[in-house]
Amino acid sequence: MRGTLSDRTGAALLMAPLLLFLVLAYAWPFLGVVKWSFTLPTPGLGQYHALLTDDLVQSVFIRTLRIAAIVTVVSVTAAYAITVVWVRGSPVQRVLAEFCILVPFWISVLTRAFGWVALLSNRGLINTWLQSIGFISEPLTLVRNEFGVIVGMSHFLIPFAVFPLASAMRSLDERVLLAARGLGSSRMRTFWTVFVPMTRSGIIGSALITFVFSLGFFVTPAILGGGRSVMIAELIYLRIFQSPDWGLGAAISVVLVVFVGALMALVFRYVKPKQLV
Amino acid sequence: MPTYRPGPVSLILAVLVALFLLMPLLAVIPVSLTPSRMLTMPTGELSLRHYRSLIEDPRWLDSILLSLRIGIVSSILSTALALTFSLGVWMFQPRFTAALVGFVLLPMVVPPVVSAVTLYFLLTSVSGLTSFFGYDTWLGVAMAHSVMTVPFATVLILVSLSQLDRRIDLAARGLGASVWERATRVIMPNIKFGIVTAALLSFVLSWEEIGVTLFITSVNAITLPRLMWMGLRDNIDPAIAALSVILIIITVLVLAVRSVITRQRPAKP
Repeated sequence: MRGTLSDRTGAALLMAPLLLFLVLAYAWPFLGVVKWSFTLPTPGLGQYHALLTDDLVQSVFIRTLRIAAIVTVVSVTAAYAITVVWVRGSPVQRVLAEFCILVPFWISVLTRAFGWVALLSNRGLINTWLQSIGFISEPLTLVRNEFGVIVGMSHFLIPFAVFPLASAMRSLDERVLLAARGLGSSRMRTFWTVFVPMTRSGIIGSALITFVFSLGFFVTPAILGGGRSVMIAELIYLRIFQSPDWGLGAAISVVLVVFVGALMALVFRYVKPKQLV
Repeated sequence: MPTYRPGPVSLILAVLVALFLLMPLLAVIPVSLTPSRMLTMPTGELSLRHYRSLIEDPRWLDSILLSLRIGIVSSILSTALALTFSLGVWMFQPRFTAALVGFVLLPMVVPPVVSAVTLYFLLTSVSGLTSFFGYDTWLGVAMAHSVMTVPFATVLILVSLSQLDRRIDLAARGLGASVWERATRVIMPNIKFGIVTAALLSFVLSWEEIGVTLFITSVNAITLPRLMWMGLRDNIDPAIAALSVILIIITVLVLAVRSVITRQRPAKP
């Protein structure tokens, strides 16, 4: 073999297994899903027409966009607050912040959704406690509604929102901040007029990741929404396994992919992907 | 030299976020100790019955073993595929590299529910061919998990390759090493840490995968998250709280060990 293998064959041999695997197990079946959306139950554009006219589908789309927007604002803001301490805090503060970010990050989405059920349900920790101190007489409905979905999704997404922010804050030149303080700018003013604008790319990256993730979210809304605030992903699941209306499920999937792709293309026109990570 | 540190307002806000992040993890502890068969807070006495039911109920043990098997097989598959691909990219720098890497990363970027529908299509299409591979089989689930985890493994291996000094490979090449020798005796020993991390991450992602698994299993291939899902949807079973506490403790221990190890290593991410 020595010296006989040309660069091109070598590269092809090494790269082929994964590319072949993904073509067969991912690209080809995705085209199959696209085909479903045009052929089931009858050939044509019927499913896409239904998407535009069906009230239920429309309301689910709008709810998904609304929840995704709220979750993005909540997650990025919360992530910003803890990332400042993770990146800029004293050594002890950094270790503690890292612990609070990484432990939830590594714990499964099911366990975390379950934790919120244990906290928010009618006989959960919060309602039990509020009733025992006599603050309320009837339990508050904190779960199986949009509030529960937003809380659970934000909790899931905060660690993901942290990473782009952290890399933006790490690459920032500390001397500029010290200069602003040295020239008499207050802490607040330095933060809002120097620090935040300099982490702009991190904020955009973190908002993009959070928003895109929330659009296709399945587990948390299904558990904490309790079937009452259905989002797109759960609608796809219901269409495929309960109605069964594979064509409509496939059509919603195709629209979701196109929407996410367009959104990312739009953001990448203004921010280079490398600036985000 | 003075440094720019967060002020008191920043610290208070960060503490609130930290509490928010830890709250649901702490909440499962009291629930797991309830003597009741329902999901309630314990009032008065505590009980370990839900921990016992994890051992005594064969469903839990079966699904744990199944998840371990699927996790190991899919992690080996996705690490091997990611490693060969990344070696090809790094050693030969072929044209269209960016497009090819972009293609490989697709399952990580595409909304998971769409990947789930896609894999459901694949596995139901091949189900008729053999009885051991297809919808609701453990091999089918392992393969689907590999599709979902291979982008993460590839990113990790490519990152550790990007930190490798090209000159050691050039030296090996100049001294007459074959492609195989360069890959296995020069490059791979230098990215050991990246390969192990990729395998571990693939395993963990498969171990807790639920979004895709829900679409491709029904009664036979019940992985641990699938079983938890069933217990969460119908009548909430406090055994899930006991299991969650165990999983949280394992996570905290692993992270603590990892942070001790990485702190001993000289500064490297």
